[in-house]
Amino acid sequence: MTRTAVMLVDDEVAFVNTVTKRLSKRNLHVITANSGYEALEKLDGGAAVDVVILDVKMPGLDGIETLREIKKAYPTIEVIMLTGHATVENGIQGMKLGAFDYLMKPCDIEQLVETIHEAKKKKAQSEHRPGKE
Amino acid sequence: MESRHYYRSLARTMVLIVILVSFAPLVMVTAIIGYRFETSYRYQVVAHLLEMVEKHRQNIDIFLNDKLSSVQVLANSFTPDQMTDKEFLSRQLAVLQSSYSGAFIDIGLVDDRGIQIAYAGPFKLAPVDYSRDDWFKIARERPFFISDVFHGFSSRPHFIITANRKWDDREYILRATMDFEEFNSIVEGIRIGHSGSAYIIDNRGQLQTRPLNSSHPDRDFFSGLLSRSHEGLQFNGALGQLLTVMSSPSNCCDGNKDVSIGRVYYKDRDVIYIMVPVKNSEWVLVYMQEETDAFADLYRARKPAVLIALLGGISIVVMAFALSRRMVRRIEKANREKEQMNQRVIEAGRLASVGELAAGVAHEINNPVAIIVEEAGWMDDLLDEEDLGQSQNLDEFKASLNQIKTQAQRCKEINQKLLSFARGTESTVSKVKLNDLINEIVGILEQRSRLGNVKIVKRLSTDLPDILASPTEVQQVVLNLINNAIDAIGQDWGAIEITTGVIGDTAIVDVTDTGPGIPEEVLPRVFNPFFTTKPVGKGTGLGLSICYGIVKKMGGEITINSTIGVGTTFHIRLPINRGACESGT
Repeated sequence: MTRTAVMLVDDEVAFVNTVTKRLSKRNLHVITANSGYEALEKLDGGAAVDVVILDVKMPGLDGIETLREIKKAYPTIEVIMLTGHATVENGIQGMKLGAFDYLMKPCDIEQLVETIHEAKKKKAQSEHRPGKE
Repeated sequence: MESRHYYRSLARTMVLIVILVSFAPLVMVTAIIGYRFETSYRYQVVAHLLEMVEKHRQNIDIFLNDKLSSVQVLANSFTPDQMTDKEFLSRQLAVLQSSYSGAFIDIGLVDDRGIQIAYAGPFKLAPVDYSRDDWFKIARERPFFISDVFHGFSSRPHFIITANRKWDDREYILRATMDFEEFNSIVEGIRIGHSGSAYIIDNRGQLQTRPLNSSHPDRDFFSGLLSRSHEGLQFNGALGQLLTVMSSPSNCCDGNKDVSIGRVYYKDRDVIYIMVPVKNSEWVLVYMQEETDAFADLYRARKPAVLIALLGGISIVVMAFALSRRMVRRIEKANREKEQMNQRVIEAGRLASVGELAAGVAHEINNPVAIIVEEAGWMDDLLDEEDLGQSQNLDEFKASLNQIKTQAQRCKEINQKLLSFARGTESTVSKVKLNDLINEIVGILEQRSRLGNVKIVKRLSTDLPDILASPTEVQQVVLNLINNAIDAIGQDWGAIEITTGVIGDTAIVDVTDTGPGIPEEVLPRVFNPFFTTKPVGKGTGLGLSICYGIVKKMGGEITINSTIGVGTTFHIRLPINRGACESGT
């Protein structure tokens, strides 16, 4: 089984760096982006990504907008929203737009990894299905 | 207190203004109309009196002139020889008596020596010598003469009228005695009110008429009055001014300037007098009336007017006091309500802005905390690697990292509370059975309350309808309040009473504890975020502000009553939203 490729999108560089190190340590391939634009550019540039971890609150293109763009261009890529907002509205909105799940920051690393694996599993399933239909 | 002083002075000012504004026109109108009325009324009364006196003067003069001319006609028509005939003279007397209804008593002819040579009348006094009588002396000098009243031979009051006639170089005087009663009745007719009466006096003040009652003024009084009028002291005071106008030629009846009017003090009363000359200024007709009697109608009219003005004044004062007190009380109440409203608005505004601030702070802090947690996690990850595992202080590192994680977790919890204070974590609205929810929470807290020696008493209303709300929110509110109550009771024994009920469209939840109570100065601040009386680290000071935010968001109300030493009660009112409940959203 190939390593799961994760794209971590957050404007907080320190957070991105540390989480990248921790996820890498847990046998995940991590691509980083510090803004929504950068994430989209990297995806357009052909980066192979299974799961995108997307911060909701970012300057410029915010998490919800980025999610919308990603889902439009790459429907099979699963997105996990990271939110500082304790509002259900954001989460529900994200789910409606096709996000796999949403987690509250700061989140437990083990929980994050688990969610990533679940997302990857779902992606694998959805990739098989359209082929058969 | 400052405000009490302010309201008192406000009331005083209002009373003064009302009284001033009401009294000024009242006094002015009363004074002006009263003065005008009194002046014109007095004018009318005096004018009436003057007119009457003047008429009587004319009557008297006519009476006297009539008699005089009769005597003169008689004297000039017949010779002394004719008149010495007793039959003839008696006939003439009879003619006179019949035409003047008994005014003439007798007539006689007196020669130049004063001897009465002819007489007709009821008395037998034909050859009387009048030469030494005063009237005879005066009568000889004049063509005619009317005497003062005197008591003659008959000792009846009478006066005489004489007419001079020359005949054959001898002078004769025709003398007629006039009945005093007849004359007196003319003057007696002048009676007005109970004190108005008329007198005729001669120039020396001697009464010429007989007064009706014995209390008439004496001669000295009249002579005093006469001398006053001679000195020109007829008038005094405001009435005098009026009378000056009245008695001036243009105003008075026939321009007789000898009329004198005035006021004199007599027998402890102010008396108005009017004097007019009669009988060619030999006599004076005096009319006197007490002022209170003359102006009785005026004084009578004045009494109710004064009474009404007095009552009006009293009612104005009473009204002014009552009204302004009521007004001020209302203003005070309105001000107080406004102040409370302001206080509430400020309170709500501050809570709202503090909420915004809290949310902002929570957001900003969230990211650094997340980074701290991740960094600590990373270090933890690294510690697991073997080469570092050899370090002597490995356990210390781990403990330290754990502490960092724990504190970061605490930060995270605070942040979440802050955010839920501002926005609320979950707002999925559904039907909530308040009683079940409370039972559930009490169940959860049973262990804690038993440890704290706190007894929880539930008084739940059985007919409480479901309310439409977010269950977690309501749960949070009730949980916070009960937790607070347990904390408030602290180490002591105590009880918590939870009451539910329904009033109209409002569900009520009261949480009462037997704790120490909340000091009054702290009371307004208990809903403020971060306000806590608990020791550092024990409470965030967000519990009640979260409750407040939730209840407000639901359209409800949360209030607090506290008495030091007795306990504290939180009252929650939540809208039931029946319509929405039944439609089953």
